[in-house]
Amino acid sequence: MKTFINALLDNNPVLVMALGLCSVLAVSTSAYNALGMGLAVIFILTFSNIIISSIRKVTPTNLRIPIFIIVISTFVTIVDYVMKGYFPALSKNLGVFVPLIVVNCIVFGKAEGYASKNTVIDSILDGLGSGLGYTLVMFFIASVREILGQGTWMSIPGGFPGFKVFGEGFMNYPVLMMILPPGGFLTIAFFMGLLKFYQMRRGK
Amino acid sequence: MSLFLLFLSAFLINNIIFMRFIGLCPYFGLSSKLDTSIGMGFSVIFVVVLSSVITWFLYKFVLLPLNLVFLRTTVFILVIATVVQFIELYFKKYIPVLYSAFGIYLPLITTNCVVLAVAFLNVDYNHNLLQTIVYSLGVSGGFALAIVMMAGIRMRIETAPIPEPMKGLPIAFITASLIALAFLGFKGLLGL
Repeated sequence: MKTFINALLDNNPVLVMALGLCSVLAVSTSAYNALGMGLAVIFILTFSNIIISSIRKVTPTNLRIPIFIIVISTFVTIVDYVMKGYFPALSKNLGVFVPLIVVNCIVFGKAEGYASKNTVIDSILDGLGSGLGYTLVMFFIASVREILGQGTWMSIPGGFPGFKVFGEGFMNYPVLMMILPPGGFLTIAFFMGLLKFYQMRRGK
Repeated sequence: MSLFLLFLSAFLINNIIFMRFIGLCPYFGLSSKLDTSIGMGFSVIFVVVLSSVITWFLYKFVLLPLNLVFLRTTVFILVIATVVQFIELYFKKYIPVLYSAFGIYLPLITTNCVVLAVAFLNVDYNHNLLQTIVYSLGVSGGFALAIVMMAGIRMRIETAPIPEPMKGLPIAFITASLIALAFLGFKGLLGL
């Protein structure tokens, strides 16, 4: 539990190490998108960790990076096609960011830094944990942006209209900036600042 | 004319950093000094144009005829990694001046999503060769503009009295947010 909280707050890949920012900001326009992207990343991270850690003893050191790339991009392709087939609306919203998971620093960093040195079981846990940390941050940021920018929460395109957080009056005049690109930068800035503030207070 | 519009749209209106959020990691990592940001900006222009032309040929003449489109993610990333490695070796051997200027940025570009994203977008939008070159120039030029602009602003921010928790990255994000807000203004540019 302590290591989990440590990974979530003190070493949070997004907020503290500023890794994988592209997808976090681009996808966090609605909580549903963020959840879909998060699940995709958890899947890819866990399975590529399993493969990489199980072949770690036969992987030549010089060739490891191309091998990692092939393993990761295989799972990315699987996710891309499954999403296109079963969740076309989600796939359209996420667009080019699904194939771009291949160059997501979190996935690659975990393959290189953890899975290539540890056992399969440990790698599964690590993949799940860091994927969850990434998803959680993305989900929080997306919730803030969707609630302020649209007045709804968890709305699904072409399905569930979402919970109405504020009344009709707000829905007619939402803070449109929050779902536009500037709102993404602003939200993550305040999340980072808050986390730093919390750490400074705790340190005293 | 439409080529010019394509360039303008990629360069300003759909700026890769402020509107599409692609390539943010090196953007915030390398934008704290002016000279590194210029080096990074030019390296990105060079690599993006070169690799998107190569991936365009590969897609059009190898992947499409052989019905291997599902392999494009794997093929593109491997091609880009190879191209970057090749450029690095070539510079080291034949153009040491350029190597000493851009050499350190080249390995970083492999994991830069801009390169891969431009390759995908060119294929997704069905660009022809000329459009591919113009579009890649526009996108990577937009990246260079954004990173140089940001570095200039961040050097001034260094000396400003900012609340302690907001120093460093958070204030850089707020700056980016304000620039992005200004870039939204370009949206009306083509409507004229």
